[in-house]
Amino acid sequence: MGRASPLARAHEDRGARVTEFGGWTMPVRFDGTRVEHEAVRESVGKFDVSHMGELRVTGPDAPALVDRLQTNDAGTLAPGEARYGGVTDERGVLLDDTVVYRRPDEEDEPSYLLVPNAGHDEEATARAVRVRDAAGLTADVENATEDLAMVAVQGPDAPALVDDATAADVATLDRFEVTTAKLGDVDCLVATTGYTGEAGVEVVCPWDAAARVWAAFDCQPCGLGTRDTLRLEMGYLLSGQEFDPETEPRTPFEAGIGFAVDRSTPFVGRDALAGATDPDERLVGLRLTERGVPRHGYPVLADGREVGTVTSGTVSPTLDEPIALAYLPRAHRDPGTAVAVEVRGDPVAARVTRPPFVARTDT
Amino acid sequence: MRFDYPPERRYRPTHEWLTADEPRRVGVTDFAQDELGDVVFVELPDPGDPLTAGDAFGVVESIKAVSDLYAPVDGEVATINESLFDRPELVNDDPYGEGWMIEVRVDAAGELLSADEYREQVE
Repeated sequence: MGRASPLARAHEDRGARVTEFGGWTMPVRFDGTRVEHEAVRESVGKFDVSHMGELRVTGPDAPALVDRLQTNDAGTLAPGEARYGGVTDERGVLLDDTVVYRRPDEEDEPSYLLVPNAGHDEEATARAVRVRDAAGLTADVENATEDLAMVAVQGPDAPALVDDATAADVATLDRFEVTTAKLGDVDCLVATTGYTGEAGVEVVCPWDAAARVWAAFDCQPCGLGTRDTLRLEMGYLLSGQEFDPETEPRTPFEAGIGFAVDRSTPFVGRDALAGATDPDERLVGLRLTERGVPRHGYPVLADGREVGTVTSGTVSPTLDEPIALAYLPRAHRDPGTAVAVEVRGDPVAARVTRPPFVARTDT
Repeated sequence: MRFDYPPERRYRPTHEWLTADEPRRVGVTDFAQDELGDVVFVELPDPGDPLTAGDAFGVVESIKAVSDLYAPVDGEVATINESLFDRPELVNDDPYGEGWMIEVRVDAAGELLSADEYREQVE
């Protein structure tokens, strides 16, 4: 068994099926991926995302440190703002992707919460300390992953549901904002961020209060299976699949998150990425036009020759069609290009497309 | 008991069932469809293809998982359930009825479990 969410007992009582993910034992399914997926696209669903890491970075040089730790210009965030960025090594290869929140309730010094992916928290903490010390910066770095739980409430009806459950005015927040809010007697951070393409929030609360926060949202509980189909319909990256320093070393430009790279900031990997903004291979979407289910690792063929590999694939519950993400070279990645995915030895016809596969409604 | 296993059918430890009477049909159990989750794809052999007990004859895929289907008998494929190509969710909705997969001509049955033996194994 891996690390356990503070909600593990509640999930077990609710009949959740669990899986190992990033070193954590987490619910993968409550009532079926289709039902859960539809709830989020049509109304609202909630996810336990306590497996996500949380790093506290606080101090006079905290803005300079967050600028070095990830690719976006998070150092310029005002209190109450959030930003998405990549985390790269000296080669410019993605180690992780992260959201940086500047706390709305910081006191004398700038204070941030960085959210690394599941299982990356220890490595991210060590790296932050290393980068801080190498640059001679003054900031405290603390791994708060097991002090803080996180619940995502996502879907078109999520803002109203969260607004009703809290004393804060959540419905008027723009995307990528974060505010303090009391949920009953629990002090929370409520951020208009997510991984589904829908409106909604992510709520950060003390570990011990997670059960109260979870119970406060009366809506469909959703597992990691649904989190995966939702993010895949949006073309969002999954750490370990679309990028991984060992098995899928990719730059942010290859992975399609060049929008989150600000090369005027001094992040680790900036110099290596100077000439890398227009790579040969890029992440694209595939829609299969014949029967078959694309899966991680399946070859992508053009004229019978292997030109790429599927990084993630499924049958989209919204479209009821097979979709995939894959890295393809320039010659084969224009939208509309005919390719094939090799499924158990047989080529299945597909067309290149630009994600998202399903229109985003959160902007 | 959470799952249903018709007592007159026979079962493989790999979660396929075989009817006792003609037409001899093969499908997957209630337990298997629940383990898989939402079924989105079924790959079946062609009528006339030979079957060998214990060998894979097809594939069933859910949103998350890919599973082989194993033949409970030596024999031949008589008919396949083509409605599963458009409506794979029948495997979840009605695993012993409309979710059947193939009809078989049986030369020899493999080693199969009774409903009680199967239940004991999975629950």
